[in-house]
Amino acid sequence: MLCAGTGCVSNGTFRIKEALEAELAKHDLQDEIAVVLTGCNGFCAQGPVMVVQPDNIFYQLLTVDDVPHLVEEHFLKGRPVEKLMYTPPAAEAPVPKMSEIGFFEKQRLIALRNRGLIDPEKIDEAIARGAYRAMAKALLSMAPAEIAATVKASGLRGRGGAGFLTGLKWELTAKQPGNGKYIVCNADEGDPGAFMDRSIIESDPHAIIEGMVIGARAIGAGKGFAYVRYEYPLALERLEKALEQAREYGLLGTDILGSGFDFDISIHRGAGAFVCGEETSLIRSLEGLPPEPRLRPPFPAESGVHGKPTCINNVETWATVPVIIDRGAEWFSQIGTETSKGTKVFALVGKVKNTGLVEVPMGITLREIIFDIGGGIEKDKAFKAVQTGGPSGGCIPESLLDLPIDYERLAEVGSIMGSGGMIVMDEDNCMVDVARYFLEFLRSESCGKCTACREGVDAMYRIVTDICEGRGEPGQIEMLEELGEAVQDGSLCALGGTAPNPVLSTLRYFKDEYDAHIQEKRCPAGVCRALITYTIDPDKCKACRVCVKKCPQEAISGEKKQPQVIDQDKCIQCGVCRDVCKFEAVLVQ
Amino acid sequence: MAKLKPEDLDKIARRMRKAMSLREGAGRAKVTVHMGTCGIAAGARPIMSAAMACADKAECDDLIVTASGCAGLCSNEPMMTVELVGEAPVKYIDLTVEKVERIFAEHVLGGQIVTEFALALGSEQTL
Repeated sequence: MLCAGTGCVSNGTFRIKEALEAELAKHDLQDEIAVVLTGCNGFCAQGPVMVVQPDNIFYQLLTVDDVPHLVEEHFLKGRPVEKLMYTPPAAEAPVPKMSEIGFFEKQRLIALRNRGLIDPEKIDEAIARGAYRAMAKALLSMAPAEIAATVKASGLRGRGGAGFLTGLKWELTAKQPGNGKYIVCNADEGDPGAFMDRSIIESDPHAIIEGMVIGARAIGAGKGFAYVRYEYPLALERLEKALEQAREYGLLGTDILGSGFDFDISIHRGAGAFVCGEETSLIRSLEGLPPEPRLRPPFPAESGVHGKPTCINNVETWATVPVIIDRGAEWFSQIGTETSKGTKVFALVGKVKNTGLVEVPMGITLREIIFDIGGGIEKDKAFKAVQTGGPSGGCIPESLLDLPIDYERLAEVGSIMGSGGMIVMDEDNCMVDVARYFLEFLRSESCGKCTACREGVDAMYRIVTDICEGRGEPGQIEMLEELGEAVQDGSLCALGGTAPNPVLSTLRYFKDEYDAHIQEKRCPAGVCRALITYTIDPDKCKACRVCVKKCPQEAISGEKKQPQVIDQDKCIQCGVCRDVCKFEAVLVQ
Repeated sequence: MAKLKPEDLDKIARRMRKAMSLREGAGRAKVTVHMGTCGIAAGARPIMSAAMACADKAECDDLIVTASGCAGLCSNEPMMTVELVGEAPVKYIDLTVEKVERIFAEHVLGGQIVTEFALALGSEQTL
């Protein structure tokens, strides 16, 4: 087990691994002895470190030159090499290791490889962690077609949502005749609760610049745009500084690293419209036009920005590219599932104990993400659903928690990978209300070009609102399904094409909640205000009267030292009393 | 700044690794405050100011105080990483100015990890 923590990697873990594997193969031991990379052991000062199991023998300060001797002595002759051995201090470490913390244990950082490790405003620190090394390799020792072929062979698929094979997109753009091609980095991250792109730009802007230069070389583009939404001021500031520093070093501009290749990137600030994440709308926005999607084909690879062949990839995709060039397609394609290679960054939010940004290998299960990494549900309440893929995605119920995550599997259950938003919901979330929330979002974000999306989503929103507010009628569920299909069929772009997903997936898995709202005029989760009443349990009420003071309607009253009572005529079902009650005496029905 | 040649990347990397790595003698301790948008929203700026003030007060030139991006665990921001020469880095979570002052006195200057505020030691598995 070789340590692949930051410290050991910078001291040459990967060179040791390659030497070790080669040496083991030489002695025909490759099937008996597995070389496994692990998280940090905490002995960084002795790195690179290695532990040999089952004997638990600890080697330190390894160099490539030590490897042949070590393999021969330890693995062939069974004699541990004493001069390389290290006895960890017997004293118990007072705090656990990062690799023992659930949140970090199952993560594997590729796109986020420099998170928290470098000062993003200092290019030298990024270079010290290997930035621009892959770019130098691509520009100086690889033909453009070879770069695209490597990325294609790695199996990397677009991380923005649709999951198109990145290398294939590059080849299609490269094949187009003519010059003046463009590269675009799509950082118009608009899903509620998603912040993968923002965090990557903020913590490691050079990863994106490097990826874009490599991509530009592969397709023959001379100019790139980073389309970043205006709501990301810190990301914009750090990306701008990074671009300046890269230009100063000649890593952007003319004749990059003496390779004869010219390329530069400018930032375009988006006004924060959700539809701009859609590539044809983004192109129009870049051209200064209102962001409305158009029919494809022609695809941007044929006719994109200013009618020129354009390759658009998402932030996370660009940030992953340098590692693939550096470490090879085969290395990358070993991670993940049959159809989805590598790792994916998710913004894990909602009712989980540990919220944050997680990068995990494809094929990990939802249960592992939510319970092992996320630490389970807040206050140990019952899990209800997880929403993936933002407003275009769907809600996945508990019965599907063991689903291994990849593009195909998520689509099969009615959701999508999307850009990586992951919102966890518990028993207190009403699924009809969740569907209403996403419809409200999409209704205001629809650009209005296609009637089906503009009117259909609005009609769906009005029906779901009726259901939430107690005006539900039989037949409305069928109406929602019909409208959903019409919106999917009649919309040009993915915004409309996927807009019904939150409704259709909640109908598929949580139809009982819709039925309760419509038939019994009851909200099982106690969320929809028109369908619930708050009462105070006289047995539990300790007459502390905190709720009396906090109630904005002054609807709660009662004698001192006696259980308090809510006046239903004054109550607006805001739920403040329930939130402030320390004795769980406020009931919701 | 002259344009880089390919071999300059290695030179910068080697030089910076020395400057960043404590075992190469860059300093006695390095304190990294995690300042992504989430960290800043959770109050990383006053944490940074407190760390700088503590470093100034200690009057040691071999203390490095620096900023970095988000460490990933948003629910426990603000976070800070303390690394002493020859030791594994320690991540501290849910910081306040008072906690930073104690961490400086006991860990950065005194060498004893403040276990009640520490999450874990070591680093994540990269690549």
